[in-house]
Amino acid sequence: MSFKKDEDTDELGALMNLDHSTVLQEARVFNETPIRPRHSRLLLAKIIFLLYRGDSMSTTEATNLFFSITKLFQCKDMSLRQMVYLTIKELSTISEDVIMVTSSLMKDMQPNSEITYRANAIRALCKIVDPSMLPGIERFLKSAIVEKSPNIASAALVSSLHLFKDAKDVIRRWSNEVNEALNGKSLSQGPSFFGGGSSAQNQVVSSSKIVQYHALGLMYAIRQHDRMAVLKLVQSFSGQNKSSSWMGGSSPMLRSDMAHVLLVRYAVRVMENDSSLLPQLYMLLEEWMGHRSDMVSIEAARAMCQLKDVTAKQLTPAVNVLQQALSATQKPTLRFAAIRTLNALARTHPEAVQPCNVDMEGLITDSNRSIATFAITTLLKTGNEASVDRLMKQMQGFMAEISDEFKIIVAEAVRSLCRKFPGKHSVFLAFLSGVLRDEGGFDFKRAAIEAIMDLAKNVPECKEAALAHLCEFIEDCEFTKLSVCVLYFLGEEGPLTARPTVYIRHIYNRVVLENAVVRAAAVSALAKFGVSPVADPSLQRSVRVLLKRCLDDRDDEVRDRAAWALRMADGDQSLRDKYIRDDSTFALAVLERKLVEYCADSAAAAKGSFSFESIPRISRAQEEESRVRARMENMDAVLTGTTLSAPSASGRAVGGSESAEPGTPGLGSGAAASGFMDSFEQQAQYASKLNAIPELAAFGDQPLVSSAKPVELTESETEYVVRCVKHVYESHIVFQFDITNTIPEQVLEQVEVVMEPEEDIEGVLQPVLVVPITELKCDQPGTAYVAFEHTDPETFPAVAFGCTLKFIVKECDPATGEPEEGDEGFEDEYSLEATDISAGDFMQATYIPDSHSLWESLGTEGEAIETFALASFDSIEGCVTKVCELLGMCPLESALKPKSKAAHQAVFTGRWLGRTRAVARTRMTYQKGAGVTMELAVRSEDRNISQLVVSAVA
Amino acid sequence: MGNWFSSIFSSILGGDKEVRILILGLDGAGKTTILYRMQIGEVVSTIPTIGFNVETVSYKNIKFQVWDLGGQTSIRPYWRCYYANTDAVIYVVDSCDRDRIGTSRDELAAMLSEDELQQSVLLVFANKQDMKGAMSAAEISEALGLPRLRNRQWGIYKTSALKGEGLSEGLDWLVNAIQRK
Repeated sequence: MSFKKDEDTDELGALMNLDHSTVLQEARVFNETPIRPRHSRLLLAKIIFLLYRGDSMSTTEATNLFFSITKLFQCKDMSLRQMVYLTIKELSTISEDVIMVTSSLMKDMQPNSEITYRANAIRALCKIVDPSMLPGIERFLKSAIVEKSPNIASAALVSSLHLFKDAKDVIRRWSNEVNEALNGKSLSQGPSFFGGGSSAQNQVVSSSKIVQYHALGLMYAIRQHDRMAVLKLVQSFSGQNKSSSWMGGSSPMLRSDMAHVLLVRYAVRVMENDSSLLPQLYMLLEEWMGHRSDMVSIEAARAMCQLKDVTAKQLTPAVNVLQQALSATQKPTLRFAAIRTLNALARTHPEAVQPCNVDMEGLITDSNRSIATFAITTLLKTGNEASVDRLMKQMQGFMAEISDEFKIIVAEAVRSLCRKFPGKHSVFLAFLSGVLRDEGGFDFKRAAIEAIMDLAKNVPECKEAALAHLCEFIEDCEFTKLSVCVLYFLGEEGPLTARPTVYIRHIYNRVVLENAVVRAAAVSALAKFGVSPVADPSLQRSVRVLLKRCLDDRDDEVRDRAAWALRMADGDQSLRDKYIRDDSTFALAVLERKLVEYCADSAAAAKGSFSFESIPRISRAQEEESRVRARMENMDAVLTGTTLSAPSASGRAVGGSESAEPGTPGLGSGAAASGFMDSFEQQAQYASKLNAIPELAAFGDQPLVSSAKPVELTESETEYVVRCVKHVYESHIVFQFDITNTIPEQVLEQVEVVMEPEEDIEGVLQPVLVVPITELKCDQPGTAYVAFEHTDPETFPAVAFGCTLKFIVKECDPATGEPEEGDEGFEDEYSLEATDISAGDFMQATYIPDSHSLWESLGTEGEAIETFALASFDSIEGCVTKVCELLGMCPLESALKPKSKAAHQAVFTGRWLGRTRAVARTRMTYQKGAGVTMELAVRSEDRNISQLVVSAVA
Repeated sequence: MGNWFSSIFSSILGGDKEVRILILGLDGAGKTTILYRMQIGEVVSTIPTIGFNVETVSYKNIKFQVWDLGGQTSIRPYWRCYYANTDAVIYVVDSCDRDRIGTSRDELAAMLSEDELQQSVLLVFANKQDMKGAMSAAEISEALGLPRLRNRQWGIYKTSALKGEGLSEGLDWLVNAIQRK
């Protein structure tokens, strides 16, 4: 045994000790004649090993090496040549002048070469060609795609897929060949594949399945932007199963299971967002769940589970498939795939997963820990209160054996369970505090702490116990961030408990023992105990004594905070309320951007100190909500992986350009409120984009009042796609047009948007600036701007603009995107939908704390009231969302979540032009048939403004 | 006859070493066509060589390892990567291309000045003699400045790769020249 071990290390050692420069020295033998094939081959293997190991090679080194390797082409040894191909592929990105092997590779891929040569030469060649050379080898690749030999056809298909992103238009021309490969012309080469006797024949067919898989992938890449074509593709392959004639009908069919898995994904992608196709999709998925291959049936089941509005009835067959897979004793992969899918499903449809409970119980002891973890966490979600104790105990048993990644999943599961079974809080708390004592990374500890905090907040009975555990945790916590987090929480919750002194002792210990960051956080927490309205005088005195001691701290920040806290403690109650018990906070994304801008601008400090005026405020509840949502989305991404049907996750990831889509109405009011939070982040991104344009940056000195949500001015599948975003400044309005040209054969130049007001705006709005796009190539979105100056500060126009896109069209070569020489182009126009300015655009959605007292103090002088009969709405929810959009104000608490279907009251706050505070209250009732009746009352410091706000809805 | 040659070569070059030959010249001179005419005796359809072709050619029982390097402007700088251990250079000229004969001369001069090629024999093929208006061997020889070469064995032959004329005469000369070296 030990002997073997030595041998292993020796072998590994020999490779590990390979020296970069020695190997490069040795590579000189490539220049010798005659070539020594075996020796050279070994050396090439070493070079590849070095590259895979991550050694970096300079361009000169790589180029020298490359040229020596080209000399190996004189040798006809097949295995040497294969290593040469491999090495060239690796060097293709490091070395210069790799095109020097083009001719040699092209010769090797000719039909008269060996099959092995041809396939590998194709792969290597496609790594070294640049798109401009592609037309030169197009002919060969096209014929290789339809080649009988699966090696060659696959090589050509996969290489084309790699080239696709750089040479879309050339490869689009190959769709006939790809289609031929996809539909398996290889069928006709043998008499039939089920009747064949010779093993050689089977060989051809079995491996040619892979060709179909690759062909399907490439076909989808070619067609992916054409929804109808993808749909046709999916339908053509899904038709034949119905007649159950997969044993050789004439209709196309999928022999490859992997291709079938792809097909499932494509089907979901193309059909899930079209309600007219959903029934068909459900039917297909259900059919595919019965596929003979596990891979396909699980994929179909998984797809079903991930569909958005799936019903319990539709889930049943999917869960059945997964349930069967759970008991696949021989195949851990299957069990894992199934339990992972069920786990994700349990988050949204726990009741659907319940039938699997017995099977999952069996998996708790699975030797594969990943499966066991998923099984337990799934059971926690689906199980009833009685089983919780047992499960928690079992879980504790193997927490030490699983990786942090899974520990986090467990912690999250326990967290959601806490909410479900508050009665079991003592079990959860014991478990969480237990795992906190064990070893674990930052993310895991944070997940556990957040779970405990959640418990403390939501289950009053266990608050004291939870706080005690947190106190214990910070006694010995290696993560500064977590200590700060816990101290803050103690400061929030501690003062309200029966015996605050207990926590004060723990907190003050931190002041004595910790680093400056933690000490500062501890001082802030102490201060909160001191100014708490329930604190008795003796407690206040003690806190003051402790704070005074902190005035001698070594660190500036700690001393500052202590001094500030003492000052507060001595001040009057209203001052304390204002600073310490404020329930609003800044929109952090905006604050961060403004601070970055301020710091980046050297002249800004000279102009004055940073102004908080322009930062919108939101309530802490809203901030918390957005954080929770971000966490849930993160969880989704973790649990479902980067799946095709994760529109929300992918939408967010794309960020700036994509996440601007308005919240999907189907997601309900929660999404509407969260969409509101998003708009702040969105605004921050817009603003930095606007400031990057010199002409517009001038407006940046004025605070940006608001940026409206983007509005589509064209259908999404037209030649030119245009989206409009309004940015309102104090005295300017900027229209931002995001324009995409979808025609590959055209380059547009001097693209601008002409805006014709439909009413007279003379003296109110003055066009000041048009920023065109110099050149717009296909699929490379550009942005044009039109800016108006708001010349009359007293009038706020509500006006519509007719928009027309104007540009010069030039023909171009789709492959390169370069316009043809000498093409003067011609002017053209394209009319867009109208856009408008309304009162809501001048409103900044800002959270104003304590809107009730503001409402009272504003009184009726500045009030405007109007009643509306809105017959077109068929629910309160739809109405209130629309009103919120029109007002452009910030919805408070449950404004967007009506509790009753018949009547609802909502409050909104905002600042007109970022200055004047305004509160809007609305009452609405709904009657079937009559629609929504709404009374809208607006109060602000200026009656005119109130009137204008009301007019936004009218 | 062949055995006699090969035994001579064995004694001169030692062992089974092949004779290493480079075919160079401007683009479109007919290098690749000449290579395959020599190797398989047929005219193949060619496209501009991006990089190189390397083939083993047997002539009178002697093995030549022939490197045909692309002649486009962008490829010429890489010729020098292949100069080492070269026994002979076949320089191909398009006899009808009077405009670029100057460029051809410059490339030739630059190549011959390289250290690694000081011992190599030079054979010039005045190719495309089947075309009307082709320059004669003497004209090309003068234009390339061959008579003024010092310390170099050189020869020039009129060829037509398409018709297969002149190639074997040139190769015979080459064999003798290497032998004499």
